[in-house]
Amino acid sequence: MTRTRVPFMIRLSTCVRLFAVQGSWNYEILLGNGIGFCAEPALRLLPGGRDGERYRSALARQSRYFNAHPYLASVAVGALTRAELEGVDPAKIERFRTALAGPLGSVGDRLVWSGWLPLCSLLALGAYGIGGTAGFVVALFLITYNAGHIALRAWGLKVGFSKGTEVAQSLASPALRRAPEWIERAGALLAGIAVPTAVERAIGIGGELSAAAIGAVLIGGVVLARIPNNSVGWRLALGVLSCVVLYAVLI
Amino acid sequence: MNLLEILPIALLGAICGLDFVSFPQAMISRPIVGATAGGAIAGSAPEGLLIGVVLELLALDTRPFGASRYPEWGTAGVTGGAVFAAVGAGRPGALPVAVFVSLVTAMISGSSMVALRKLIGARAASVRTLIDAGSGGAVVGLQLFGLTADLARGFLLTMIAVALALPLAMGTVAIWGLPHTLSNAIVIGLAGAVAGGAIWKFFTAGTRTGWLFLAGLVIGLGFVAAR
Repeated sequence: MTRTRVPFMIRLSTCVRLFAVQGSWNYEILLGNGIGFCAEPALRLLPGGRDGERYRSALARQSRYFNAHPYLASVAVGALTRAELEGVDPAKIERFRTALAGPLGSVGDRLVWSGWLPLCSLLALGAYGIGGTAGFVVALFLITYNAGHIALRAWGLKVGFSKGTEVAQSLASPALRRAPEWIERAGALLAGIAVPTAVERAIGIGGELSAAAIGAVLIGGVVLARIPNNSVGWRLALGVLSCVVLYAVLI
Repeated sequence: MNLLEILPIALLGAICGLDFVSFPQAMISRPIVGATAGGAIAGSAPEGLLIGVVLELLALDTRPFGASRYPEWGTAGVTGGAVFAAVGAGRPGALPVAVFVSLVTAMISGSSMVALRKLIGARAASVRTLIDAGSGGAVVGLQLFGLTADLARGFLLTMIAVALALPLAMGTVAIWGLPHTLSNAIVIGLAGAVAGGAIWKFFTAGTRTGWLFLAGLVIGLGFVAAR
């Protein structure tokens, strides 16, 4: 095996392409083409360049079916690119690729979609609740969220490039394992502060109507939390809202 | 609002729609961002923020997990923010109607993403031989096709949604029969309940998180009472 140094400009190109990794997401190969798209600049370093047989076989291999969380796909792109550049046996790369997909999906979903995103959303709602202006609330949300988002993508690519097929150890790091738990705790505390303050400010008049609305929010929240299926609440809200609109235009 | 006035809103919808899944997923597609920006273009950022907060509370109930179907909040937020600001936040019924428009847009837009993914799948099948042969052009071409199609999807959807929803919203608000404050309290309370239920499910599964939520609630309610 040979160690090929990936030039800075190619790393940068890969990093930029990672933001579009889901650009051709489809039900047949999911993220597959996106992985090939992101790995492509580095694969040009293979002997023979873009016209070489190794480039073609590596690109074809990397553009097959793949599934992962889009942010942590950077780990896969870095590790798989390094494996290809080091000339690891194609059968081993295929097995490694298959093994990598599951953990990258589950870790990312818990860390980002169920943790970091709602936490930042609650932070913005809390900022609104305590009187933040439009510019402040939006800026706070975008800066906080993207600090974590970009750091995760950059870390993933770095660790993937540096560890190659040994990258699984990094995914099992204590920081990555414990982060969802810390985020859940912070989110739970923040949620309790953000929801009533945001609801009260949005209603905007204070007094009995606000108190009644916050009471209804708490009771409704408890009822909706008992429904086992996820993503049911917004559909129920649409149904109730349809009835309200109909009633308000008919009376 | 004429076509020239809708155009910048549709462009914003295209950018937010693209951000939702394809590029760059920086969450400018979240309703609190998209609706505020949509409201700003239509004349009032604070009004956009108000509906953005309501939609953000509702959006807490959904997670964009891989192949699952979910509402697309990018175009929906922009449409809601623009319609709400254009109708006028002070008019009775403006908020419930704009939130209703946003939710319907989010639902239709979610379905349009399924159609887009099928279209990309068909395109991928047609260039499969080239991709299997390791053609860099085919791989990059498929990616650019997907990105362009998603941008066009967001643009067309926002344009049609605003063009159709605005006159309907104006007409509905003109015959709205409930008091302004009650109408707003109903829709905001509804969104808060949805958010509360979702948060309880997602954030209170771990150790002591339920107690932390209750501690936060005491602080939050204390702040509200003090205000």
